Amino acid sequence: MRVPLTWLAEFVPLPADREALARRLTFAGIEVTGIERTGGDWEGVVVGRVLEVAPHPNADRLRLVTVDRGGEERPTVVCGAPNVAPGQDIAFAGQGAVLTDPATGKPRRLKKSRIRGVVSGGMVCSEAELGLSGEHAGILVLDTEAPPGTPLAEVLGETVFVLDLTPNRADALSILGVAREVAALTGVPLTLPETGIRSPGPEIGGRAAAEIPDPRLCRRFTLALIEEVEVGPSPDWMQSRLTAAGMRPINNLVDLTNYVMLECGQPVHAFDYDRVREGRLTARPAAPGETLVTLDGQRLELDPERLVIADSSGPVALAGVMGGRATEITDSTGRVLLEAANFDPVSVRRSARRYGLFTDAARRFSWDLPPELAPIASARVCRLLAEHAGGRVASGRVDTWPAPEEPTRIRLRRSRIPQVLGMDPAPAAVEEALTGLGFTVAPADGTAPAADGGDEALSVGVPWWRREVRVPDDLVEEVARVLGYDDLPAAPLAGAIPHHPPLPQRALRERVRDLAVSAGLTEVMTYSLLSEADLAAALSEEERREAPALRIRNPLGEARDSLRTSLRPGLLRAAAFNHDHGARSVALFEVSRLYRPRPDGAPGRPEEVEAAAALLSGVRRDRWGNPTGERLDYFDLKATLERVLAGLRLDAEFRPAEAFGFAPGVTAAVLVGGVRVGTAGQVESGSAAAFGLEEEAFCWELDFAGILRAAPDPAAPAPAAPLPRYPAAAEDFAFLVGPDALAGDLVREAESHPLVAEARVFDDYRFGGDEAAGAAPDVSSRGGRSVGLRVLYRAPNRTLDENDIAKVRRTILKRMKSNLGAVVRERA
Amino acid sequence: MSCARRPEFVSESVPAPAPPLLSAAEVDAAVAALAPLTGDSAVEAWRAEHLGRKSRLHLALRSLSSLDPAERAAAGRFLNQAKARLRQALEDRQAALEALRRAGRAPVDVSLPGRPLAAGRLHPITLTERAIVESFARMGFHVIEGPEVESEYYNFEALRIPADHPAREAMDTFYLEQTDADGKPLLLRTHTSPNQIRYLEKHPPPIRLISPGRTYRSEATDATHEWMIMQTEVLAVDRGLTLAHLKGTLYEFARRLFGEDREIRFRCDYFPFVEPGVEVAVSSPSGWIEILGAGMVHPEILERMGCDPEIYTGFAAGLGVERIAMLRHGIRDIRRFYENDLRFLEQFS
Repeated sequence: MRVPLTWLAEFVPLPADREALARRLTFAGIEVTGIERTGGDWEGVVVGRVLEVAPHPNADRLRLVTVDRGGEERPTVVCGAPNVAPGQDIAFAGQGAVLTDPATGKPRRLKKSRIRGVVSGGMVCSEAELGLSGEHAGILVLDTEAPPGTPLAEVLGETVFVLDLTPNRADALSILGVAREVAALTGVPLTLPETGIRSPGPEIGGRAAAEIPDPRLCRRFTLALIEEVEVGPSPDWMQSRLTAAGMRPINNLVDLTNYVMLECGQPVHAFDYDRVREGRLTARPAAPGETLVTLDGQRLELDPERLVIADSSGPVALAGVMGGRATEITDSTGRVLLEAANFDPVSVRRSARRYGLFTDAARRFSWDLPPELAPIASARVCRLLAEHAGGRVASGRVDTWPAPEEPTRIRLRRSRIPQVLGMDPAPAAVEEALTGLGFTVAPADGTAPAADGGDEALSVGVPWWRREVRVPDDLVEEVARVLGYDDLPAAPLAGAIPHHPPLPQRALRERVRDLAVSAGLTEVMTYSLLSEADLAAALSEEERREAPALRIRNPLGEARDSLRTSLRPGLLRAAAFNHDHGARSVALFEVSRLYRPRPDGAPGRPEEVEAAAALLSGVRRDRWGNPTGERLDYFDLKATLERVLAGLRLDAEFRPAEAFGFAPGVTAAVLVGGVRVGTAGQVESGSAAAFGLEEEAFCWELDFAGILRAAPDPAAPAPAAPLPRYPAAAEDFAFLVGPDALAGDLVREAESHPLVAEARVFDDYRFGGDEAAGAAPDVSSRGGRSVGLRVLYRAPNRTLDENDIAKVRRTILKRMKSNLGAVVRERA
Repeated sequence: MSCARRPEFVSESVPAPAPPLLSAAEVDAAVAALAPLTGDSAVEAWRAEHLGRKSRLHLALRSLSSLDPAERAAAGRFLNQAKARLRQALEDRQAALEALRRAGRAPVDVSLPGRPLAAGRLHPITLTERAIVESFARMGFHVIEGPEVESEYYNFEALRIPADHPAREAMDTFYLEQTDADGKPLLLRTHTSPNQIRYLEKHPPPIRLISPGRTYRSEATDATHEWMIMQTEVLAVDRGLTLAHLKGTLYEFARRLFGEDREIRFRCDYFPFVEPGVEVAVSSPSGWIEILGAGMVHPEILERMGCDPEIYTGFAAGLGVERIAMLRHGIRDIRRFYENDLRFLEQFS
């Protein structure tokens, strides 16, 4: 909301320091987000008074005007305006003043000039020259009490506080409301606007009626009748205030209703009395099929959810939102029927939302206005209409208010204030703060006064304009906001620290993050929402059918309409982004949530499962850290996953697998204890390309549920094993295997023997079909492999001798052959 | 007599201008200059400069005789020690070069880059979230987590934001096409505050929890707005908790995250689930910076959760992790966080 300070000053004296006032309001919860000045700086332009107007000796259409500009000097200026006359207060620009050039609209510095042989000592300004409007036919005549010499900015310029109000403060949505705050916070008296009518016209009785069938939807409905109005422009000061407050002036009737809405906070609506049937209005739900053409020309299809104001012919306004065209004020309007009513905030809000009509009125009603405000605003409009539109106000008012609410009283124990705030202001300060805001304070019945050491309670009456104040703590806040939080001490927490079990999921996530970083991966965070197409590029149709992504009903765009069921799209897109921005190698990971519909397909909150994924793409670095031509491959990727799994003390098995989005032949299922916990492999090029990634990419994914099943407590300390006490013996083997054999199986087979401490691959050699033929039973014509394995023998309790080792060797070789078809290669 | 500028060891009898003789710093510099020299000729040049006939040392020794006898002894001792040190350094260097020669090795260029190690980084949001969690953990707060897909009940209604409440306007909400089991709408949580309710429903006081996680608002992005942001909820409920404890807790937090000399300031603000509500600013060299919203848990919420608000009071706060990260690292544009440009991400560790 915009608050022009001259307007505010009408109701409350303002301190000179505007910034300090803004700060005070802000700290009390009426946030001033900006202080603006309207108009210009008008450097060198002051209020002047025309003393004398004489003809110009050399020109018929020019005149010589002598001006009192404050001070001794009485300059004479050459002026061509037809409307200049002695006694006028005008805007006088001296030499050096900066004005707007009416021809170009650009600023121009005023120089001394000679016009038709007469030196002009300055200039009497038009609105155009002051940049106020395009008006340049005559000079601007000021309506001011300010003495000549007063800078024009002080008379015409306006300082505006821009407020960002919180929705609990409907009372502050008006100049008067802000004035009330200023009065309470700075301890000055408040002046209420004038509402008296000097000479009322004939009674309204019998000429208008306001009906409320359902008091829950319309709480109060008042009507006033103003006759003999003349439609025309509203006074300049009102127009400039409306402009400063952010509204466009239209005509006196419209401007007046807007003016009072801004001033009091109560929207009012002016009907053309002669276009409302019998002056009889009802606030009722619309009937099915009814329509309304609004002021802005929209035709609304109404329904019984909508509250309308109707006469006997049908709806004439959408209650609390906007009036109808059929009964609107026109230039020929002579009698005004003025509605000031109070509506259910929810009903107004829903209507506004239904038609997208978020009008000033709707916003105010939806913040829950007090019914008490309606007649005050009505009287204020009447008063101003009588003053500025020649209106004659019918005496009396139609006021339908079926169920007035009792004023709220709250019982506040004095001890509640320190119980909530941690500071204990003096009783007098508490009372002063509350009464300053309009609350009434009295001792509550049956409590001992504080002076006697009792926990005295106060009975606090809530003023009608503070409907949101309902419980004792609301009063505590009122006290705090007036006294300020500056004296609030900072107390350390005391008392027992509650015990809670740790979250394994979180422990695992943080552990995986650290391990991934130690493996050289950089963490990214990608959006939880992506598109269907993104998921289609990463997951198979079957996967998507089994776990369809949850969709957003009101997405920001198609690209973000689905909750992700895979981390891969985000990583692929991030990799593509970085390659596009010059990165030669990319090594990323993300640990975050996936959102899966419930497995039974039933409605309800989805499962939010945690997952980790990593991606490598681009080239290796050389010894100097510079990019090489050598591409990163599956084993670079696998190393990072091995680091993570080893850090979690998990023994994982990698077996060939096929997975959608991964390249066949370079993809592994990752198993822990025989259960699949993830996938690792090369990203299928089509899948990468869908995200703009041209580079070969390698990716692993881990499912936390699987990991947690295998290692339920990721934070568990590692058990220490005794160091070996006896020496080990090492032996190297070269096993001939088929091309599809897994080196991992050989290692596992060897390590399954209790006297084998470790088996490690040290060589992997592939050879062609011819060479391999007949070398081993399982070696086909496709070629074979020789896998070098170093086996470490060790017993925990003795040194193994040759015989022991020979026995172990025999067992291993036998099992290798029978279980894996691997035979030891003949030595040459 | 102008003693102040007179170099040590210079006698007044020496005709002016007397050259400054030799200082301990110069000897140190000479020894340091020898260390990187590897060639014989360079070593010889060093010898000539520092120990030769025209060396400063030599000249200084020669001028000893002109010194005041009182000063001469001390100066002589100093110069002889300097000479011994320079000679020893020369011998050591020559011996080292000889050893290298015998081993057939050229000395290593120690300034060459080390072999690269793969270096990963944590995301600045993770770093900041950890710092926040750590600062509260020190005060006895523990982490809980909750769902991102929420019901209107937990996200709004239980927090005193009924349907059609104007506060919902400030929280543009993403709704899901799917509904919950009762056919009621599901949404992406707009804040982490639902976790207050989820926890209070199941646990009696005393409570001290912190709950970080992703939150969502359907709004246009710019340098200070993102539609997905990381929030952290803070909640404490116990007997005797006051707004002063909130201030004390946030004071500790601010000093841990921003520096020891920081102060905390409250101003009145409104959030439907607290009363009183405050906006919290932290002092900085450039003025007060608003960092979070907080307040005392609304008594109606405590009551509905089965805690007697006459006995138990509590405070709650909601922190934007991005905002804190931006302040800590001087990041100007919130959109950087989820763009995942490595040139950005690699700056933080």
